[in-house]
Amino acid sequence: MIETREAQIVEERAVRVRQGERERLARTWAHPAGFWGWFTNVSHTAIGIRYMVTSFIFFLLGGVLAALMRLQLAYPEQHLLGPDRYNQIFTVHGSTMIFLVVVPMMFQGFGVYLVPLMCGTRNIAFPRLNAFSYYVYVGGGLLLWIGLLLNIGADAGWFAYPPLSGPQFSPGKRVDFWAQMITFTEVSAMAVAVCLATTILRYRAPGMTLNRMPIFLWEKLVLSLMVMFAMPAVMVVSSMLLLDRLVGTQFFNPAEAGDALLYQHLFWFFGHPEVYILFLPGAAIVSTLLAAHCRREIFGYTPIVVSVVATGFLSFSVWVHHMFATGLPQTSESFFTAATLMIVIPTGTQFFCWIATIWNGRLQFQIPMLWVSGFVATFLVGGLSGPILASVPVDTQVHDTYFVVAHFHYVIIGGSIFTMFAGLYHWIPKMGGFLMNETLGKIHFWLFFVGFNMTFFPMHILGLRGMPRRIYTYPPEMHWSGLNLLASIGAIFMAAGVLVFVWNFLQSRWSGERAGDNPWGAGGLEWATTSPPPEYNFLELPTVNGREALWDAAPNQPIVVGLRSDIQELLVTHSLDAEPQLKEKSEGHSIWPFLAAIAVSLTFVGSIFNAWAVPIGAIPVIATLVGWLWPRGSSPPAPEVVGKEA
Amino acid sequence: MEAYREKLLLDVSKLPSVAIGRRNVSWLGNIFYMVIEGTMFLLVIASYFYLRSRSVDWPPAPYMPPALRYGIANVVILLLSLLPARWIQKRAAAGDRPNVRVGLFILAAMALVAIVVRWFEFGALNCRWTDNGYASTVWALLGVHTGHLITEFIETFLIGAIACTPKMEGNRFADADTNSVYWYFVVATALICDLVIYGAPRFI
Amino acid sequence: MIGQDENPARALHKWPRFPKIAKRRAAGVLANFSAVMPGGHSVLDGAASQGRHIERLFSVLFFVCLGVYFLTLLFFAIGGRRSYNPAEKPLPIVKTPEADAVAKWWVGSAVGITTVLVFVILVLSIRTGMYVQDVSAQNSVTVKLTGHQWWWEVTYPDSRADQTIFTANEIHVPVGQRIAVLTNSADVIHSFWAPSITGKRDLIPGYSTAFSFTVDRPGTYRGQCAEFCGLQHAHMGFSVVAESPEDFEAWRQSQLTAAKEPESALTRSGQGVFLTHACVMCHAISGTTAGSHVGPDLTHFASRGEIAAGLLPNNPGSLAGWILDPQRIKPGTTMPPNNLSGEDLEALVTYLESLK
Repeated sequence: MIETREAQIVEERAVRVRQGERERLARTWAHPAGFWGWFTNVSHTAIGIRYMVTSFIFFLLGGVLAALMRLQLAYPEQHLLGPDRYNQIFTVHGSTMIFLVVVPMMFQGFGVYLVPLMCGTRNIAFPRLNAFSYYVYVGGGLLLWIGLLLNIGADAGWFAYPPLSGPQFSPGKRVDFWAQMITFTEVSAMAVAVCLATTILRYRAPGMTLNRMPIFLWEKLVLSLMVMFAMPAVMVVSSMLLLDRLVGTQFFNPAEAGDALLYQHLFWFFGHPEVYILFLPGAAIVSTLLAAHCRREIFGYTPIVVSVVATGFLSFSVWVHHMFATGLPQTSESFFTAATLMIVIPTGTQFFCWIATIWNGRLQFQIPMLWVSGFVATFLVGGLSGPILASVPVDTQVHDTYFVVAHFHYVIIGGSIFTMFAGLYHWIPKMGGFLMNETLGKIHFWLFFVGFNMTFFPMHILGLRGMPRRIYTYPPEMHWSGLNLLASIGAIFMAAGVLVFVWNFLQSRWSGERAGDNPWGAGGLEWATTSPPPEYNFLELPTVNGREALWDAAPNQPIVVGLRSDIQELLVTHSLDAEPQLKEKSEGHSIWPFLAAIAVSLTFVGSIFNAWAVPIGAIPVIATLVGWLWPRGSSPPAPEVVGKEA
Repeated sequence: MEAYREKLLLDVSKLPSVAIGRRNVSWLGNIFYMVIEGTMFLLVIASYFYLRSRSVDWPPAPYMPPALRYGIANVVILLLSLLPARWIQKRAAAGDRPNVRVGLFILAAMALVAIVVRWFEFGALNCRWTDNGYASTVWALLGVHTGHLITEFIETFLIGAIACTPKMEGNRFADADTNSVYWYFVVATALICDLVIYGAPRFI
Repeated sequence: MIGQDENPARALHKWPRFPKIAKRRAAGVLANFSAVMPGGHSVLDGAASQGRHIERLFSVLFFVCLGVYFLTLLFFAIGGRRSYNPAEKPLPIVKTPEADAVAKWWVGSAVGITTVLVFVILVLSIRTGMYVQDVSAQNSVTVKLTGHQWWWEVTYPDSRADQTIFTANEIHVPVGQRIAVLTNSADVIHSFWAPSITGKRDLIPGYSTAFSFTVDRPGTYRGQCAEFCGLQHAHMGFSVVAESPEDFEAWRQSQLTAAKEPESALTRSGQGVFLTHACVMCHAISGTTAGSHVGPDLTHFASRGEIAAGLLPNNPGSLAGWILDPQRIKPGTTMPPNNLSGEDLEALVTYLESLK
């Protein structure tokens, strides 16, 4: 602490000063109003909620596609969807769920909304970049879905292996939509990674040293770094694919010194870290929720943090386990088996620490914990079929079968969707200020849980019985029909569960019980403000005395004074020990990120049709960036601030 | 919360509101973008060597290795440009607006020259991007780097333009400083790319 | 289910002692499990020694993971039951340093056990891998497999051109002998997979890879493409016909002969139809002028059990339907519709079905 002193002020004066401060902050940080105001808003709460709502809409849309596939596969030899339509649907389903739902929801949505609150600051770092990332993400989603609705949707799978996705075997624009959607979503995710990592390292409340940082922030930091190292790979590979398709490069053409497997190496160099990018936010939610609902600090803070960091590192050395069937030399395969199995150790460590937390805590079993237990029961199935798949010989049998479909749905739905719902039930009271209905929450859970297992458990058996992935139909003599029908019936339960959630949300929002600042009595800084938080997040910026800021706060825990309330000023602290270093003016609300996103989107889309779109589109892109970066207004002289009055 | 007088206060009103260099928040964001783009370069280079390992001769016959002259010219230009870049950093720390402005325009001019020379460099690669996997990666590597040169030219020029206005104060000096750090990155990646593009076909 | 195989490479693959009982029990349960799995098309119903080794490894991994699953859930449940508190309002925070000190040992041991299990799985997996991927042993038959959208070109190469067999979608192998398969692809990536035989192997353009297997139970085993390869990925089946070495040799000799000359007027006219229509653009029949290898070789067409890559049984009815409008049966297939008159079609079908 640079300087602490007793405040020698009387009560009435304090109240009056705080009232003035509150009004000034509200004026300074107010969200812009009106139609255009919506597009100029760069506050992290607004963008975070937009990410969540948009990705939830894509979740519903992706679910509709899943339902169509289940309808087609319920009986053998059905002709509801032809092969062309089916291929588009499974491609867009997978791409939507990975790129438009789970990452934007779990990494961007929860991250953008919660990280600044958990850090105890008033906005995210680089808020304009953050707003830009949201519009670019929406652009990517629209591109993919407009293609599908025009019946020219991507149809080469969410991984789009060449040569099938190359110019020779996928003429037309379909795969281009997919590849360019990747560019959009990855530009978006990488921008958010930069914003989140910078926020976590530079905007933490004084006192929140690295070893007091909540596990949620640790995981978001590791995730951001993983995104920075992994997402470039998929951008590079999808750009190479686009170049092969559009301007005749030969990266993946084996006839011209190109190589089809190069694509797979690059894609999975991204693809496997991506799996942990999907799972770690879920683990972060579980660690946070367990502490809050077991009424104790998480057991094994250090082992959990080390596990998360280790998982981040290991995830970059396992990509070849997606390529065991390609016939690589056995020594290299053994290395990747070993690396893959290693990941069991940090993941197991996290599970054991969670058990210890529950064991030695006082479990309060409300809806969020119901979803956490759902996560444990389902994710663990996927987690344990992982080592089975890591074994090369077994993998060659079950790779690309419904066994793998079952495995990764247990991992992704178990690890990300169950935890997403847990997180939503936990934090919606903060974001919206209302409590969700418990009974509807339970109905939602049981419908979803039963439906999920009914849909995906039989797929393990189907895979072992020889049903490959991505087939649009199957002959009756294969005896796959009964289990497929069961899976399709399960999908109805899942869909019903999600609808109950939507109903619960709307109804609770309308008439739910008010939540109060801290309904769960949780310890994170996000609960130190009103629900929903005001535009300026915290009236008084907090300081931190332990890992659970509110629980560990000293009776006279200092508050930060001396930040200006007439401009959007943020407190910058040291990246390791969180000592205050700097006061920085946050970039204000602006329309330019939106315009820049439009310019960038048009350039990306145009480049699919004509390479000249890139140099031509560069002109508006540069123009909008100039508008974005050009400094506006000058800082007014510092007026009276609270600290000085005291 | 209401017991205001019982709380200790942490007064930050005396903290500076501008920091140049490592304490600046944009400096860290800049580093993260360098990480992202550095990874992209590494992956394209990895692809180059992957394709190399799948081919008997390199460049695949009958192609010749890229001609050296423009590549060497660009290396010289980029190395010389380190001087104004460093000078900008020094003057920015001192808040010296006129000299920072001069430095920025010199740097922008050198970037522009490097872009023009790069145009000829493409012509001297002895292959076109459509020829084969080797040619495609060479063009991609040089192309990605040229993209960086162009953005860096625009950014340097833009900060130079801001430096012509009274808005050049406080954090704008920090921007000029960060811009130089990014320029070092552009020069470093140029050297690595050149080593791959010109060195690998001759020595590996 | 676990047949003793006499392969010398088995020595490589002695299981470590401890999971023996678990293994036997596992295999037993899974055997019953697969008995209720009809169709003879299952990872858990191996007909080749490679497949059975994988099946055994799978059983061990399955039961290890099953145990870990229920143990973990049990601990979660006991922990939850122990600390469950039905209070509605948030309770005060607890600190339990003594209990945490005990829990440290439990967590530490659990991590230790996990590490040991991981190591065991690694060793077992590598051992099985060495057996399954062993390419050092002598192979007696070599099959060259080339993937096409959406059928399998099967060649039995021989240094003498007249000893090379061309066929499609049906791989004949002698029982008890080691078969080498060389893979390649003519267009996109496909993947060879017959679950009862062995694990899958991708067919990647630009790459030639090899693997081998030994079938020890005669029968016909179905397989299917396992790498998404476009519109008709779902209909890219094949079959592995394992027969006694004598039967295999007889089959081989019959395949080496030229196509049967048409004997009746009808088949002669059928041959005429074949040679004067689009058929010759893609298909070969040895002994005639048709020599294109774009589509499946039809020299011994009638000897194959199925047409259109496992989609239809090979009989005159389905063949006639297929020739007239393949796009209706297998949308997107590269074979065009053929507008033939009734007599021409009958002649063509009769001719083709005479090509034993």
